[in-house]
Amino acid sequence: MFLGALLGALINLNGSGRYIHWGFIQISVANLVVIVLMVAVFVLAILLPFPRRKGGGQ
Amino acid sequence: MSIDTGTPAETIPPAAPPHPSESHQWTAKVRHAAESAFPPDQLLPDRQPAYMASWIYVFGVLTVVSLAWVIITGCVLAIMGPSWWHVSSTGHFVNSLHLWSVEAFFFFMVIHLWGKFFMAAWRGNRRLTWATGVISFLVSVGAAFTGYLSQQNFDSQWISTQAKDGINSTGAGAVFNVLNFGQMLMWHIVLLPIGVLLIAGLHVLLVRRHGIVPPFAEGGDDTAGTVDTAPTPAGEPA
Repeated sequence: MFLGALLGALINLNGSGRYIHWGFIQISVANLVVIVLMVAVFVLAILLPFPRRKGGGQ
Repeated sequence: MSIDTGTPAETIPPAAPPHPSESHQWTAKVRHAAESAFPPDQLLPDRQPAYMASWIYVFGVLTVVSLAWVIITGCVLAIMGPSWWHVSSTGHFVNSLHLWSVEAFFFFMVIHLWGKFFMAAWRGNRRLTWATGVISFLVSVGAAFTGYLSQQNFDSQWISTQAKDGINSTGAGAVFNVLNFGQMLMWHIVLLPIGVLLIAGLHVLLVRRHGIVPPFAEGGDDTAGTVDTAPTPAGEPA
């Protein structure tokens, strides 16, 4: 209950959604955030080293 | 690092031929065909190639785990019914779990798709693996769409009325009427989940059959899986 109230205070999900317009492109802020997050996770997955067992070579 | 010049599928010896007394039985034929195509140590291997020690290879299994949560929470919702998931706080929680596991499913699946696209994961006779992944993705979109239509709220009404003209113009409206709630619910909880599970299951089996696609060879001399690094235990360096 407390966690839900805390998250609700951070992001107000009541009311109409927010949209970004760029020429003929229209996308909601929520969808844009998810796409940016996916790109960020994709880049991090390539760049971050994978954990290896101690004592390994390479 | 030693080099294994065979694909994972080629390094495993074929299953023994059926005994003459049983070779004419269809059960024996199916069993030996299955054992030959998918030996147990290839279905659940203990070792993986060294190049799999990268975060980009975890998104396939994350997608499968998310799908498992989608199915589990969907089964709970089906057992308890709409009067439970619309009213009780526990029902709301499981309903939200169902939604967010779908969100995670698509999130991980798209990153998995990007990774495999830039690896050209259809190399080395893996075209069917790639194709089943694409079909599974498309069927999943349909499953998610019918899920939005099954919410029983203003959102589902809005989505269905926005979608009806486009879908009806294709001629699919005769068997896929988005304004027919009962039909959309049946597509969502019966037909499309069966399709996703069957195609995703085949996709995983094909991944096991042909192995994970290796990285591109340096210098552009790509052999598309015919040159493989030596398998090492998962997470251990070569």
